[in-house]
Amino acid sequence: MTGLTQMVESRTNGSRLRRSRRTAVMPQKRRRGWAVTPWLFLILPLGFLLVFTYIPVMNMLWYSVTDWDGLSKTKEFVGLSNYGTFFSRPALFRVFFVSLYYIGASVVQMALALYFATILTFSTKFKNLFKGILFFPYLINGVAIAFVFLYFFQPGGTLDSLLGMIGMDGAKPQWLGNPDIVNFSLAGTSIWRYMGLNFVLFLGAIQSIPGGIYEAAELDGATRWQQFRYIIAPSIKPIISLSFILAISGSLAVFEIPFIMLQGANGSATFVIQTVNEAFKFNKVGLASAMAVILLLIILIITWVQRRLIPDEEVNLT
Amino acid sequence: MRARIAATGKYTTLILGCLAALVPLVVMVLTALKTKQDFATSGPLDLPTSFTLANFADAFNKADMASAFVNTTIILVVSISGTILIGTMAAYAIDRLTFRFKKLIVGLFLLAALVPGVTTQVATFQVVNTLGLYDSRLAPIALFMGTDIVSIYIFVQFMRSIPVSLDEAATLDGANHFTIFRRIIFPLLKPAIATVVIIKGVAIYNEFYIPFLYMPDADLGVMSTSLFRFKGPLGTQWEVLSAGAIIVIVPTLIIFLLLQRFIYNGLSAGATK
Repeated sequence: MTGLTQMVESRTNGSRLRRSRRTAVMPQKRRRGWAVTPWLFLILPLGFLLVFTYIPVMNMLWYSVTDWDGLSKTKEFVGLSNYGTFFSRPALFRVFFVSLYYIGASVVQMALALYFATILTFSTKFKNLFKGILFFPYLINGVAIAFVFLYFFQPGGTLDSLLGMIGMDGAKPQWLGNPDIVNFSLAGTSIWRYMGLNFVLFLGAIQSIPGGIYEAAELDGATRWQQFRYIIAPSIKPIISLSFILAISGSLAVFEIPFIMLQGANGSATFVIQTVNEAFKFNKVGLASAMAVILLLIILIITWVQRRLIPDEEVNLT
Repeated sequence: MRARIAATGKYTTLILGCLAALVPLVVMVLTALKTKQDFATSGPLDLPTSFTLANFADAFNKADMASAFVNTTIILVVSISGTILIGTMAAYAIDRLTFRFKKLIVGLFLLAALVPGVTTQVATFQVVNTLGLYDSRLAPIALFMGTDIVSIYIFVQFMRSIPVSLDEAATLDGANHFTIFRRIIFPLLKPAIATVVIIKGVAIYNEFYIPFLYMPDADLGVMSTSLFRFKGPLGTQWEVLSAGAIIVIVPTLIIFLLLQRFIYNGLSAGATK
């Protein structure tokens, strides 16, 4: 999004030029300072932004240092003890480790996406059909996906039958019931759901590489692997890094699938599930706010690191 | 020879990938077509021996999908119209006008894009409650309209490509900013509006937690929450639950088949910004 800031800056300069030109034409129309018109355009967007983003965030900061239960009229100031509680109670803190499964899954997901995007770049029969099928899961409603995979993983369900078909009839684990396995199952579901988005983004980036380059490389005797290694990989590096950063903050914010499928049971509770449970199930708004603030800070730090690591410029091949 | 092996490998992996995407869904369709007795006596991968559409009717009635569809449509139409109006207005101010504290305000919008939505509901809930929007369709509508930075970004980006000389010509003809916005800029933003409608439409149709948290009333169910609540009473009647899931998926499939190209482009524009 730094693009937006830069763009606004360049636009500001541009309009300064325009304004001086306009001032020459209609001196009475331009007044400096608190012109009303811009604020008429901004009042609605800014109003919504303040009421539904900034006021909640401010309140959240305040709640996080109180013992509020969400209902009572009084809030007692308790300093940083909510933060202390979170970091000192292993039962709460362990939700961070659940994120690791999803970070692992996003690596697999991006590798698969990159593989499919690359092979579909070269001429393929039924290309659009393959593309559509691989992408479609991303569009499906989360509750429907949760149903599909509840049935997929249930004892005697789709997965067990598939394994039976290829002769693996042996010990069938409780895919969703065993706390040691449940997060692998859910992370797998996450790959199924989100791989298509990464795939389409990568495919778009690869297709913006001018086709002539591959021909030239082929004339020079480059193999497919070399074409990938020296043409495709460098030119889509920015989108890969961006997707990876988004995947990490996404892994911390996993919510829907484990919540709908299991309500966070069997050790599948993620950071966000734990937070909303504290707030709306156990009425510990103070503690939940502290957790939300921690997540917000982590995401801000990750984004800041991303800005430092990945320059906001495109690789230019031509 | 080597090329043949490479091609075989390529198509094998593609077919495996597509099977992985499709098998869980196809099994749901098979299950939904089975009668209760057929379901009880067959495995998930077996074809139905009987054929019935009764499960779909059952799911449609029991989950109250008709009212869910109406609620979803109302929320979709109102929030998307609002998002477009608010987004284009904000974009016009940011891209075309100069005002004090512009950098600060743009910064506020950018920073808001980073705030993770679900967690702040802890505090947003109090705001929505104070405004008296709790348990009404206005709660999700307001939240969908109010927190969409990606749309503003898409509009600003598109607006950049509209030549400023058009505005200037209109100014010389005596048009003020509202006329320029309404008569010139807004109509030219159509492609960007289409993109926003698609991204936002998919997101709202699929949103679960906001309607779940803010509209507990059974009459206010949307597609997501009606399907979710449907699971409770039916527990393990998978032939009916599968039918319910498919009813929710079918509209998405139809839209996808009709608008494929726009959806790919729209999501690429929205996801990376």
